[in-house]
Amino acid sequence: MGAGYIAQQIVNGLILGSMYALVAIGFSMIYGIIRLINFAHGDIVMIGAFATLGLMAIPGVPFPLVAVMVLGVGGLVGVLIERGAFRPMRGAPQVTGFIASLAVSIILQNLGILILSAQPRNFSFPAYLQVMINLGPVSFRLVDLMIMVTALVLMLVLMAVVYRTKLGVAMRATAEDLDVARLMGIDINRTIMVTFAIGSALAGIAGLMWGGKFGQIDPLLGFVPGLKAFVAAVIGGVGSIAGAMVGGFVLGLAEVLFVGLLPPIYSAYRDAFVFSTLIVILLILPNGLFGRSSEERA
Amino acid sequence: MDLRRSFRLLILAALAGAGLVLVMQATLDDYILSIVKFVGIYTILAVSLNMTNGYTGLFSLGHPGFMAIGGYATALLTFPVERKAMFLPDLPAWLAGLALPFLPSLLAGGLCAALTALIIGPPVLRLRGHYLAVATMGFLIIVQVMITNWDSVTRGPLGLNGLAELTSLWWIYFWVALTFYVAWKLKFSSRGRTMLAVRDDEMAAQTLGVDVFRTRVFALVIGAFFAGVAGGLWAHLITAITPTSFSLVMAFNLVVMVVVGGSGSIAGSLITAVFFTVITEVLRPLEEGLELYGISEITMALILILILIYRPEGLFGSREPACLQPDEPARGERK
Repeated sequence: MGAGYIAQQIVNGLILGSMYALVAIGFSMIYGIIRLINFAHGDIVMIGAFATLGLMAIPGVPFPLVAVMVLGVGGLVGVLIERGAFRPMRGAPQVTGFIASLAVSIILQNLGILILSAQPRNFSFPAYLQVMINLGPVSFRLVDLMIMVTALVLMLVLMAVVYRTKLGVAMRATAEDLDVARLMGIDINRTIMVTFAIGSALAGIAGLMWGGKFGQIDPLLGFVPGLKAFVAAVIGGVGSIAGAMVGGFVLGLAEVLFVGLLPPIYSAYRDAFVFSTLIVILLILPNGLFGRSSEERA
Repeated sequence: MDLRRSFRLLILAALAGAGLVLVMQATLDDYILSIVKFVGIYTILAVSLNMTNGYTGLFSLGHPGFMAIGGYATALLTFPVERKAMFLPDLPAWLAGLALPFLPSLLAGGLCAALTALIIGPPVLRLRGHYLAVATMGFLIIVQVMITNWDSVTRGPLGLNGLAELTSLWWIYFWVALTFYVAWKLKFSSRGRTMLAVRDDEMAAQTLGVDVFRTRVFALVIGAFFAGVAGGLWAHLITAITPTSFSLVMAFNLVVMVVVGGSGSIAGSLITAVFFTVITEVLRPLEEGLELYGISEITMALILILILIYRPEGLFGSREPACLQPDEPARGERK
């Protein structure tokens, strides 16, 4: 087990982690602004993946344009969900929103099965993205590089929006205190809608990446990224954007390294390991790595 | 006065239930009877989760984990010795030579689940709210992974099959009635009020001398016991058990039943458990006939969202119908 092997595993972990981080950021933003654990977030990843598949089938649409349109599709679905399900129950106990999001998730998955059938479909990017790149001992596909670069660029853009624009101020104020933000003249409905749009757009593009990474998509694929985003967001401290990023990378690295570095008989215990680590982290840092102490209860 | 009235009510309810069992056994075919049994098991699950989740406000998604522990424990105890030798040759000697009747096995299953809750409770229950939800979900996944990999005892992903079909309607009736009795007695006892107090305002409860931590552990343990028993009943109804029998989806469904019925309302849990199980069964043939797979899930989810929008506190809130209220209304129950 040389240094090259470990370097390769770390690269794999970072690639997986950047996808987790993208999904986790949206998840965490939505939690931050209306204290909603949105389990339907993972299903937007699924919708993003299928939207990519559909758009790539149209001849003459260049791939970068597909990516931009997928961002749009994700954002649109997020806004529709917010208007249809979550806005009418704003102000209800947190558990209510959580359960409603489960219901939305079930609806999206089953609509997917109904319209697209449960059969998995092959998913492949244009050939030029499949080229292998070798950097010393480490090798990866161009897609993988693209996944990481896109993820990092989007995270930087998001940070700029949240910390450098008026909209970002409104978002942070609404997250801080919804009622006071409203008193200060912030249009909170619009702010919440935009937050959903941004978070869901990131999940949609993560769907494009998910399909490219794993090569197969089906209507139930959103469950795993949704769950992992939940875990990543909690590790980082739910509500914190930086925390969600770090949590995503930590989770991706931990998973890959656990499987890659330990003897194969333990790899069946991967998920048990992930969740045990999670519980231990929570017991030591009850609010995650970056979360502020929360005053709310179940 | 109060005691005599509720005692009479209890006898009446027990007799009515027994009569219903007799009538159903005489008139219904096997298919419908099996649905009735599932309704019963879901009722036990929803009412017991209500003690953890509803009374005390512990948002636990770990209920199926306790079911799995109870289910496997029960199945291992009822499995005939000669079949154990064939299917599970690596079983420890004391367990390999042991086969118990159904009731002690179920009790052992419930106790195993309760013991697990007692062990994981103290560390995990330091968490609150969503963090607790994540941790209990983690517990469920850890249980599944352990069961999948503990080949010598659980036969890994294959699971245990060919279990005796021991879960008769009478057993279901007995356990439903017992779960109800315990839930009802508990709710209107001083311990039950303690639980509701912890849910409603933890700090106020603590100020008044409630041992919040012990109350939370107790709520998890008692819920786990009935979940374990329900797991055993389940395994001996479908005569098989695998690591994926009790999934996160089931945890969601159970939480939905508790919340839609009203957190803390026994009657609410009962009604939603019956309603959801029956609706699913009714919609299934319809869905197959029209070849519109997934339509029943969509319908259920839409109903759920509408209920959450128009009645966010659930059908019953924390209340019970008047006939189930003891004469002296419990504190916090007054409108």
